[in-house]
Amino acid sequence: MTGAERIRRFDWLSEYLARLEDEHVIAQHGDALALPPAHRLELDPEDWAPAAKVAAGMGLRHAGLWADCLDDAASTEEGPCIRVQACLEYGGDYLVLQTEVPMSRPLLASQATSYPGVARLERHAHDLTGLELTGQPDGRRWTRHQAWPEDRFPLRSDFPRAGETPGRTPADADYAFTRVQGTGVYEIPVGPVHAGIIEPGHFRFHAMGEDVLQLEERLGYVHKGIEKLAVGRDPAALARLAGRLSGDSSVAHAWAACQAMERATDCIVPPRALALRGLMAERERIANHLGDIGAICNDVGFAFAQVQCARLRELWQRRSLALFGHRLMMDAVVPGGVACDLTDKAIEELQRDHAQMKVAIEPVFDVVEDHPSLDDRLMSTGVLSEADARQLGCTGYVGKASGQGFDLRRDTPYAPYDAVAMDAPLMTEGDVAARVTVRMAEVRNSLRWMDRLLKVLPGGALAVDLPPAEEGAMGLGAIDGWRGEILCFVRFGADGRIARYFPRDPSWFTWPALERLILGNIVPDFPVCNKSVNGSYSGEDL
Amino acid sequence: MISAWLIALLQALLCAALAPLLVGWVRKVKARLQNRRGAPVLQPYSDLRKLLFKETRVAHTASPLFRIAPYIVFVATWLAAATVPLIALDLPTARIADIIVLVGLLALARFFLALAGMDVGTAFGGMGASREMMVSALAEPAMLMAVFTLAMTAHSTSLVSVMEHHLADGFVLRPSYLFAFGALILVALAECGRIPVDNPSTHLELTMIHEAMILEYTGRHLALMEWAAQIKLLLYGVLVANLFFPWGIGAAFGPLALGIGLAAVVVKLGVLGAALAVGETVLAKMRLFRVPAFLNLALLLGLLGLLSHVILEVGA
Repeated sequence: MTGAERIRRFDWLSEYLARLEDEHVIAQHGDALALPPAHRLELDPEDWAPAAKVAAGMGLRHAGLWADCLDDAASTEEGPCIRVQACLEYGGDYLVLQTEVPMSRPLLASQATSYPGVARLERHAHDLTGLELTGQPDGRRWTRHQAWPEDRFPLRSDFPRAGETPGRTPADADYAFTRVQGTGVYEIPVGPVHAGIIEPGHFRFHAMGEDVLQLEERLGYVHKGIEKLAVGRDPAALARLAGRLSGDSSVAHAWAACQAMERATDCIVPPRALALRGLMAERERIANHLGDIGAICNDVGFAFAQVQCARLRELWQRRSLALFGHRLMMDAVVPGGVACDLTDKAIEELQRDHAQMKVAIEPVFDVVEDHPSLDDRLMSTGVLSEADARQLGCTGYVGKASGQGFDLRRDTPYAPYDAVAMDAPLMTEGDVAARVTVRMAEVRNSLRWMDRLLKVLPGGALAVDLPPAEEGAMGLGAIDGWRGEILCFVRFGADGRIARYFPRDPSWFTWPALERLILGNIVPDFPVCNKSVNGSYSGEDL
Repeated sequence: MISAWLIALLQALLCAALAPLLVGWVRKVKARLQNRRGAPVLQPYSDLRKLLFKETRVAHTASPLFRIAPYIVFVATWLAAATVPLIALDLPTARIADIIVLVGLLALARFFLALAGMDVGTAFGGMGASREMMVSALAEPAMLMAVFTLAMTAHSTSLVSVMEHHLADGFVLRPSYLFAFGALILVALAECGRIPVDNPSTHLELTMIHEAMILEYTGRHLALMEWAAQIKLLLYGVLVANLFFPWGIGAAFGPLALGIGLAAVVVKLGVLGAALAVGETVLAKMRLFRVPAFLNLALLLGLLGLLSHVILEVGA
């Protein structure tokens, strides 16, 4: 993207700054180079909440918030501090707000009052770094269960990587769920262990008869300490770790981490590697969408569609295994490029595969789209209003089914999507049926896109060496994974090793959406609503 | 007389023995319809055997009722099945138990099943029990209405008399029978927990009805509960098959008549099972709050059957 284009694209920034000034908020320092392609604004801590309020008033989307402990030997002159960054997006342009609070008194006003979607990100930041968020509507712990005490913060440098309390973690007992009182209201605890083989998460329903009055999620059961594990890794090891953050988004998370590191080091990735990354990301999308479409149908007792989709998905993943060395294409994306190449024969096979898949999905999708008994279950079930989707900042199929059309591949196109354009579906119904329809449209779009890409697949190198990173270099990765926008923040420490890694999975915003869209539905419709959103437990628990 | 009782006993044993086969058959046909190979038809026998020999664990909050319930449910369902003529008509059991006793035995089994579901105090058990009660409260009158239509034609509430009357009449297409047939099919789907009312193969606790009540059972308790559910499916299958299509059932007790009776009922159940599998493949499960409308339709069909009998068939 040329400089002139970037200025034109950021045409809302000056208005944002002007509105900030009206609120007496002065951005101390702004630059477009520290975290490209995002523009960065440094703010005073007391301006943190007003800046979010102004942004919310302008209709900016909050794309995530993370805290970074600068407390090691080489920290800033003013002593150890916590640097907090928040990412906002509008029209495909990213703006990162940054502030620093001293670790001795890590107080910061919450942005969750303007952006309810970031409440859990803030609670997560508190549990891991000790950042105190004043005015947070919800002061309870989130990621911390019982694995470490309340006054210890794993992301600080004095916390050992192996943890402090070996042995078995006590059960998480005293979490205070919000209660609904009244005659005939009863509570249904579900999980974290479920009857099916799925990830663990606890759902607390308050219901009256079969009507859901309130749903509260409790996640964190698969907290793996990803952010702490990343500290001290070299770039290749970080890419491997990112690929294991959430198995179904292996390519997207690894790509986001690599993109962040490549941006931090000004690495020029060969075009063939970028094209192959795009190909793998779309393969991942198709595999997951097929699995989801089938699973949604199965959740309403329509096993036929699930079996057909599972079959197609299995064939698809076996091809991934044959061509990319892994069913989920783990470790195929490496810093500076990709780890595997496609021969001409493999490309022919892929093209044949795509043609077969295009033929094979249509009869199945026809059934899913037009089956009256299925329509009856999926339509008007689990409606997420456009307002809620906008307020929470949902992206991906959840956003696109509720009028939020943002798609990184189209609106902030990164290679290879800048050369081969991608369409994105948009619907406004917001129900389960709309989320299924969006998935089907994305499968069709991706198949077409991959064929166009294969026709213009560039030649050349597969990977370059990642240039050595300067200490303190930061990078922001933004990749459209199959669930939606994945953000990834990386800061390098000494010797080119990772000092901070924060992956922001789209599930951070779709899990709260589930709590809203279930209201007014009946308890037995929860599984299908949940599956239609399909948030990642592992991706959020970190 | 003794031979009659022996045959009644044989028939009851046959009921219990054939029930897993019917379930295996339905699953197999469903699998084939979904382009799957599916488990062997005899798989339910292996499952029951496995469960019977597994360790039986009971929740520490369970009362004695929880331990007794599987036996009561199994025996009551089995007794109910024993009163339905399977391969031979003139059974001593059928003379002491009519349609109303049959419905009563099934209600007894359900009562204990629901109590057992609530006994442990888990949310799912209670939820399943409350849903089961909602379904059965609507299904029972519809069922009675349907069988009363047949009973009015035969002037008897005995299943044997109904079948004998039907056989003696020859094949007559009666509107009342058609309505009653429709009603009984709908009731059977609801009572046996099949799609579109309940999904027997789901793993989603929140959507379950029957499975939710037996979630806490293990080992032989679970085996008995599952076996009882299989017998219930067979019972409804036999009811539909032999009430509306009694041809082939043995009127005498000779080996040939009994052999023909067995072959006939196996063929009829095979067809019904395949039809059930087709239905479960093409339909999704209904929303729970649509179930009352579904069962009201069954009741309405039963009523229409009664009405059309009175209007069109009495005195004709």
